[in-house]
Amino acid sequence: KMQRRRISMTPKHQKGQTDLSSWRKGGTTDPEKSLKILQFADGEKNESQEVSLEQALNYFANERGRVLLNKSSVLQKHLAAVETIGLQQGLPPEGFEILLSVALSGRFVDAVNTRLLKSLIPASEIPQSSVITAVSWLCVSKCSDNVQLLFIKWLITVFDFIDCKEQLRALYGYFFSLLQDDRMCPYVSHLLYLLTRKENVKPFRVRRLLDLQAKTGMQSHLQALLSLYKLFRPELVTITLPGKMKTYFRNSDGPWKAAINAVRQRKQQPSPLFQTLFLSTSQPRSRKRKWNVQLVIPASSANTNHLGGNRGKSLDLNCQKVSFPVEQLQTFPQFLQNIHQLELPAQMASVLTNPLLLHYMNCVKDESIYLRLYYWMGQMLQEECTWCVADNSNEEEFKSFLETIYKTECFLQEGFCASAEFLCNCLPLWDGCCCRSQILGLVSWIPPSIFSEIGSQLYDPLAQLFFTSSLYFKCSVLESLKELLQNWLNCNAVHLESELNSSNTTLSGLVNLVAQLIHFVGWISTAALRLEHNSMFLMFFILNFYETVCDMYLEYKLPLLILPPAGVFYTALLSMDSVTLNQLCYIMYRYRTNLVAAKENERSKKKILQFKFSNRTYQEYNQYITAMVGCLWTSRVFQKDIHPQGLRMDDELLEKTAVKEFKSSFNVVHHPAMMCYSVDFLKQAYPDDTTYNFKLIKGKKWDWYLQYLYAQGLNGLKVFIESSINRIS
Amino acid sequence: NPQRVVSLLHKAWALYSVTPLFRFSRARLQNYARLLRVQIGAELDIKVVLSSVPDLRGSQQDQAAILVELSQRSQGSPRSSEDKLVWSGWFCSVCGDELSENMPEDFACLPLFLTNGAETYTAIVGNWFQKTFDCCFRRLSVSPLNLSWMAAMWTGCSVDKAASALELVFSVPRLPHSLDISYAIHPEDAKALWDTVQTTPGEITQEEVDVFMDCLYSHFHRHFKIHLSAATLVKVSTSIASLHCDGILKILQSQYISGVLMLLTELAISQIK
Repeated sequence: KMQRRRISMTPKHQKGQTDLSSWRKGGTTDPEKSLKILQFADGEKNESQEVSLEQALNYFANERGRVLLNKSSVLQKHLAAVETIGLQQGLPPEGFEILLSVALSGRFVDAVNTRLLKSLIPASEIPQSSVITAVSWLCVSKCSDNVQLLFIKWLITVFDFIDCKEQLRALYGYFFSLLQDDRMCPYVSHLLYLLTRKENVKPFRVRRLLDLQAKTGMQSHLQALLSLYKLFRPELVTITLPGKMKTYFRNSDGPWKAAINAVRQRKQQPSPLFQTLFLSTSQPRSRKRKWNVQLVIPASSANTNHLGGNRGKSLDLNCQKVSFPVEQLQTFPQFLQNIHQLELPAQMASVLTNPLLLHYMNCVKDESIYLRLYYWMGQMLQEECTWCVADNSNEEEFKSFLETIYKTECFLQEGFCASAEFLCNCLPLWDGCCCRSQILGLVSWIPPSIFSEIGSQLYDPLAQLFFTSSLYFKCSVLESLKELLQNWLNCNAVHLESELNSSNTTLSGLVNLVAQLIHFVGWISTAALRLEHNSMFLMFFILNFYETVCDMYLEYKLPLLILPPAGVFYTALLSMDSVTLNQLCYIMYRYRTNLVAAKENERSKKKILQFKFSNRTYQEYNQYITAMVGCLWTSRVFQKDIHPQGLRMDDELLEKTAVKEFKSSFNVVHHPAMMCYSVDFLKQAYPDDTTYNFKLIKGKKWDWYLQYLYAQGLNGLKVFIESSINRIS
Repeated sequence: NPQRVVSLLHKAWALYSVTPLFRFSRARLQNYARLLRVQIGAELDIKVVLSSVPDLRGSQQDQAAILVELSQRSQGSPRSSEDKLVWSGWFCSVCGDELSENMPEDFACLPLFLTNGAETYTAIVGNWFQKTFDCCFRRLSVSPLNLSWMAAMWTGCSVDKAASALELVFSVPRLPHSLDISYAIHPEDAKALWDTVQTTPGEITQEEVDVFMDCLYSHFHRHFKIHLSAATLVKVSTSIASLHCDGILKILQSQYISGVLMLLTELAISQIK
């Protein structure tokens, strides 16, 4: 008996491969199959190494003879490479010549040609010569009708990418002759619509179109072309055409539109530099938009060329040499190279999201630039403010807009007048919640010149909001006022360096402004500490502010010294945490340094920085320092203080408290803020002693204790003690 | 050509404020018309004409007004006289010195924009101007305070023909159905009232306007027990002109065109500054 064996009758296909015979049919490939081929190509990576675009182009340029797709894995490999690169990044200009020639010369089967045409996504632009070469191949009709049609469709889709169209326009007659092909007629009409200029409208062409219309009936694409002809030469086209047509041309974008968009989106990933500077502004949601409002404007060049009536010649109004269009500005080296030919954008608002144009704006000192930007920004802020105008409800968009303005101000290191004026108008109506960090950010950039005019209108609403808001809001406001102060001081320091003898009036004006701000902060801080029950978090922000204030003379060359108000000073001195105490010590140390330096400069009669602080300032400082030293060091906390809001208390009153050692109760050992350190110290110094006898810390142990404190990072305390206290050991 | 200016009468105009136009040149009006034509598109058979109208201005410092007209070519006849006007827009400035005083040469100050016609055309023309001259359009909104000023001022103007009533429209929001109250006063009575209130001819103060309005409110209250002062004034109509708070204007008397536009120029400028 012969055993029946099962013999496989299916062709020998390897598992995982797609059915390649479908390619032989030469029909249109659908995207699914293209995807499968790409996957297939990926799978083969282990077999052969990746093919670079150069290799693929070389292959296509040199391959002769009809190659069948399913027989040649080499062809597949190179084809896949072209497709992958085309769809992901787009093809470079030099690739088009070769690939177009290959696709239209009929060397390969239609399937290959179609796939090639479909992957012709431009990365930047398409050289005209490649298109001319392609058209010449079209003339000899070596490729199939389908491929020709696909080429025309491709040409329409990528029309705007072709770098120059003069030669293409010269071929108008040839394209016109293609109208006779019924299949191509709609697409060729579309192409002609894009190419037509006045000189192309000739009587015989009009007749031809009318003949076609008579033959095939009024088709929308013919109508389009006739309307265009009529626009250019109304005397030649005397028939009446129906007025309103929504769309003339069928959407022949084909598979390229999506791919082009994808490539462009990938391209527009802002470079790391841009990304750190600017958030990707979220696309405006499609709500019913007002036509006159556009918050994000892309940079485009002013069409001064058209105004001169010279089309095709890139001359500006003064017939100067060709200028570098703003849309092509991508990188900083490019900017430097073209800085003298760069033209400003049509709408100044587009500089907001473009760091290169911001650099340019800085270099060009032209009043009209600032005016244009000022008006646009002012109008947009007023129009779109969500709490000033009743109907506006798109908070996200407005927030994003404010954020952009803030980031631009940080980039330029100066504020815009329009945003300062806007704050003046909108702060009284603000609820303190909407767009909070953006508004406070913008507050920190108000220029001193504007602030002197509108300051009073800002202090009141700000104070109102401040007192009635949460702890976090208070801290945010303090932070933003600190940054405001720093921006003013930096601005002044820069001016001092540039103009050696800056007019005294502007300096005194700034001094007044700064003094006003500091007094305002002092006032709201004192009240806030009471409202928030001396919150440590709040105190941190307040003392941060005064850290800037104490060093104004030495750091920023501003002859002003303002001490914190008693409500802040004493609260800090008697606070329960060491961070505050440490910070206070540091600040007092800096005050001292500044005062000493001022005295020395005055004595040495130096020209610069010669300024005399008033006696009152020294008295104030001395009062504070006496209180502080008496408190922390000499154990005379309640005796020495002569400040009207100070700590002086009579002994009889203190005895009534029944506290034993009240005199030393706030020194560095016994202070509630320092208690944890002294306990720790005692534990280490006398490990066996369980009674915490703080009196043991004296003499040499006192010095050790101080060293111990310094080692714990209490640097402020260290510098304060070293500078203000003479230890008699 | 006084005909042009008269075309402002008896049409409802939507009002906008416009920031100064950068590098706008009167010598290029034809070019602009051509470019605007392209913007509108070849599909529609629209003719675009831009013209300068020097008659419409207040002082010598004002720039002459610019008129933009979109007309549809009539079917069958190529002659332009048969074209139908589908949209018109006026850029003008009547005594707009406050804005134009310190403006650099590159900028043209025409802060008031009036438009009549389909909103789609307004959008196309407006967008083209915004992109070409870097300006900003905003709908002009008129506060109830300013509307009451208009009411007082226009009531005081004398008209030769039979005057129409002074009509005030109030809106009462936040009711289940929002309520509109229309209060019409016989023109002679209104004028008589105003004449007693106004002390110095040619000058109007805020107090006089307040007194005028209070009289009208208390009269209404006496009859209907409704306090109109608590409602929002949204529209004022007189025989001179009518104005809605959303910035919709109708001028009815040719001799007061300049005066009305001067007030509106002032409002437009305050919206820009």
